[in-house]
Parts: sequence; structure tokens; C-alpha cells
Amino acid sequence: MHDLTLAKIAQGLAKGEFSSRELTQHFLERIEKYDSRFNSFITVTGERALTRADAADTQRAAGQAGILSGVPLAYKDIFCTEDIRTSCGSKMLDNFKAPYNATVVEKLELAGTVNLGKTNMDEFAMGSSNETSFYGPVRNPWNTDLVPGGSSGGSAAAVAAGLAPAALGTDTGGSIRQPAAFCGITGLKPTYGRVSRYGMIAYASSLDQGGPMARSAEDCALLLNAMAGHDPRDSTSVSRAVPDYTQSLDAPLKGLKIGLPREYFGDGLDAGVERAVREAIKVYESLGASVIDVSLPHTQHAVPAYYVIAPAEASSNLSRYDGVRFGHRCDDPQDLMDLYKRSRNEAFGEEVKRRILIGTHTLSEGFFDAYYKKAQQVRRLIRQDFLDAFEKVDVLMGPAAPTTAFTLGNTVDPVQMYLQDIYTIAINLAGIPGISVPAGFHEGSPVGLQILGPHFGEAHLLNVAHQYQQATDWHIRQPDLP
Amino acid sequence: MAIEHADVLRAAHLARLGIDDADATRYVGDLSRILEMVDALQGVDTEGVAPLAHPLDATQPLRADEAIEPDRREAFQACAPSVSQGYYLVPRVVE
Repeated sequence: MHDLTLAKIAQGLAKGEFSSRELTQHFLERIEKYDSRFNSFITVTGERALTRADAADTQRAAGQAGILSGVPLAYKDIFCTEDIRTSCGSKMLDNFKAPYNATVVEKLELAGTVNLGKTNMDEFAMGSSNETSFYGPVRNPWNTDLVPGGSSGGSAAAVAAGLAPAALGTDTGGSIRQPAAFCGITGLKPTYGRVSRYGMIAYASSLDQGGPMARSAEDCALLLNAMAGHDPRDSTSVSRAVPDYTQSLDAPLKGLKIGLPREYFGDGLDAGVERAVREAIKVYESLGASVIDVSLPHTQHAVPAYYVIAPAEASSNLSRYDGVRFGHRCDDPQDLMDLYKRSRNEAFGEEVKRRILIGTHTLSEGFFDAYYKKAQQVRRLIRQDFLDAFEKVDVLMGPAAPTTAFTLGNTVDPVQMYLQDIYTIAINLAGIPGISVPAGFHEGSPVGLQILGPHFGEAHLLNVAHQYQQATDWHIRQPDLP
Repeated sequence: MAIEHADVLRAAHLARLGIDDADATRYVGDLSRILEMVDALQGVDTEGVAPLAHPLDATQPLRADEAIEPDRREAFQACAPSVSQGYYLVPRVVE
């Protein structure tokens, strides 16, 4: 059952080939058996999951099942889940049981899904390798010497290893797409505002967006159907009708215009990754698409602009962790200032402190205009690059990351790590949707093809990804787990 | 723009992060490299470009000023480090 897509699982449940209890039990057994190798889960909610599975089976027997009833999922540990530890990968929230559900959790629960547990992640979603987690690094199921990517690395590894059929992730600068690419799964970052951020622990509020990580574009469409939509509790969520994302999956691609941003095929791109991506684009040409070169001239400024905007927003968002209302508190505080300073210093990891310090510095008196305002101006230019490109083409394609998964424990310089996100970060600054799709292997490691579309172009992106997955089988490959 | 030891300590104080002198020395190197990368933005011509705060240029919606949330004090205080009789406890602030 762990080699089935979510769509096939939904069919199997509908036909009575297996029950939700059998399915849930199967995945829980796999987590028990294999996850010590990957460390992809922080919390496994086995008993609750089986109770939910039984409820789904009862509902189905009564003829009241929806398409996702009884389907098991996992959540990145950034989504608040009522009465279940929600740690965000941090010592700060190690003891935090959320008092409410995130809107997307609520919606997916209402759809009848079964929560298997909470997946590992970089602390407060700050990282590209899953090495900054308080709960230890996650290992890539294709090769445990390698990182799974980050920050949604636990979700990516769990799906790749067949420990969960799908998982939710969040993407602030590539945190769904890059781990999806490194682990050989399909991951969609929706348009900013498409999915509610309520109950999704904030890192950089003008960039964060939750999305599905699964084994196919069709699976992502099924999940996005349940996740998307306006939420009065998130003032940045957009009031706009949600289409049925599965309806347009089969549309033919004849006449599709693909733009290849020349800045995404330049220096620093690994030759093996480029080869796989160009092969994938040939598949599209064989499906009737045409390819033209385009330019996104401000690409090189995306990483610098991001590392002003994201830490600035993070420094503000993370000020809520004060050791008073929830989260870690130091022992024997001398006074209130000592309580704040020691609680925060003890419970935040290195990367989080780095970003809080940078953000606080760039927002402080005398620096604001030179850094934050300037970065926001550059952000508009970056968005304009994409708006101009989508005047000429329907979608943009390129690699999701410049290399395949790198070796765990190898990166010393934070700036080198930041530059890894060169192909994903601009998409968050512009707020457009992007999807990473498995497009083959280089030296045994998966390569991700990234497809980008205009704001609210998710239905078309999923269609374009699905058609590729009808013509290839990279997305259904799984690592051998002896 | 370079960052110095005193800047790091100032930011740490503003952010209520109790780092010590040796930590600050270490952060000077990391933060300087980050700011050096970020400084490339200074060369971009942004004359007349409006700052972009929200990728869809959306404005904040307004609603009537009415209490809509239920009182869940007990649930919220269940995860607090120290409470008594419905209050959060902190070290004495006023002698």
C-alpha cells in the first residue's frame, strides 16, 4: 500500500480493497520499522490515528465518505494541531501542545483524513538541509549520508520512504520545492494567499505559504482542493473562488509555451542536474509544447533581498517567544529582563539567533531605509520580471536547485547555504506558485524540475506537471528499503 | 555596511537574546558575511520604485469591532510555564 499514490489509495478505499484502519496500521508499522534511519517524524500520533481511521471506516460504511476519507497524512511540525505537540523543530516549543488546529488541519480533518504525526523540520523553518532541527537532522531515504533538503525535510523524507502517502509542508524561500526535489517527490507551493496561514507558525509572514507534498501532481491537486480558500482568520488569505484542481489535469499540452529563464541555467548549475532538466523539457516538446528563452534580469538580487526581508519579519514574529505565556522558560530568573534574555538564548538554535540578529539590526534606527525599504523596492522589480515573462509564455521551467542533495554535516558557511536557494527564493518574493516534479536522477540522487506559473495559476501548473507524469515514471520510483 | 561587536550586542539586547561577549565575537564574522552579500542591493537602481510589502498588493480587510473569539483562558494557560489564579507569573517587577 505504501507504493500507491493518494489517488490510488482513495480508489482502493472506495472499492473496499482495504480499510482505513489497515492502511493506517500499515503506515504506522513502516514508521516504527524504518524511521530510526531517517528521523523524519518528531511525533507519531498512532493511537489517535487509528481512532480516526475507525471513524472514517464507519463513515464509509454509512455511505458518507468523501474522496479523502480515511487517507493518512503527516503534517510538518509547524502546523498547530490541537492537544498534540507542535514544536516547530525548536527547543523553544518542545513542551508546546497547541490549543487549536491550523485552518488547513481543520479543513483536512473535516475531509476525513487521518493524521499519522508531525514531521521533522529545520528550526522555525530556517534552513535548507534540515540540519538545524532541535530533534536532529533528517536523512535522505535515497542515501542516508545526504540531507533531505529543507526546511520541510521530514515531510519530504517521509513521503519518499513510503512512511506516509502525503504530507504538508511550508515554503518561505523554497522549503517545499527543494526538499521535494532532493527526495524525488512532487511538491507544490501555492500562490501567496491561496492557503490560509492561520495556525501555521509564522517565520516570514509576507512569504510563508503552506502546500502539499506527495507522490504525484494529481495527489497534490486532491490535497489542494481540500486546503485552499479564503479564511476570515487570516487577513492575507485571498477571497477568490477555488477551482476543482483535478478537473483540468487531463488537458492536452499542445501549444503550451514554455519559457526557460537564462539566469536559471548559468554558472553554478551542476551539469548532471542541467542534463536531467533539459531531458524533461524535451519530453514537453514531444507533447506539443514550444520552448523560448526568456530573461528574469533581477534574479541575482533575489537571495540578498530575501535575507533582508525574511530575517526582518522573523525577528518580529519570533519576539512572541518570551518565556512567559508558553514555550521554554529558563530556571530561576533574576528579573524580567533576565527571564526574557536567558529563555530565548537557551531555547533558540544558532541559525535562528543569526536571523533574529540580522533582522533586528537591519530594522533598527538608522538602517531601515538602506536595508528593509531597499529590499522591498527590489522585491517589486523581481515580481515585475515574472509578470513580464508571463506576458510571453504560459509557464517557466528550470531546475529546483543547482545541485542534487548534498552531504550531511558538510556546510560551514551560512552564506553558501543561502545561495543554494537561488532558483526558489524569487518565487516567494513574487508570490507566484511553483511546483517541483521528479525528473530523473544524477548519480543516484533525484533531480527536481521546477515549473512556475502566474498568480493563481495552480490548476494549469498541476495540469502541466500531471501530463509529464503521464509520459514518465520518475515520480513513482521509491528507494529500496531492505 | 560592516557590523561591529557593539552592533551585535545592541541588536542582541533589542531582541532580548542573552548572548555573551564570546558569542558576539563569533556572530560578527557570520553577520558580516551575510551583510556583505546583502550589500549588493545597494547597486540596484530603485529610483521611483514603490516598496512591495505584499506580493498581491492587497490591503488589510476591515471588520466590525466586535468580540468574536470565545474565552479560552484555561486552555491557553495550560501550556504556560507558570500561572496562578488565571494570571501569568513573572519575577517581581515593582519592589
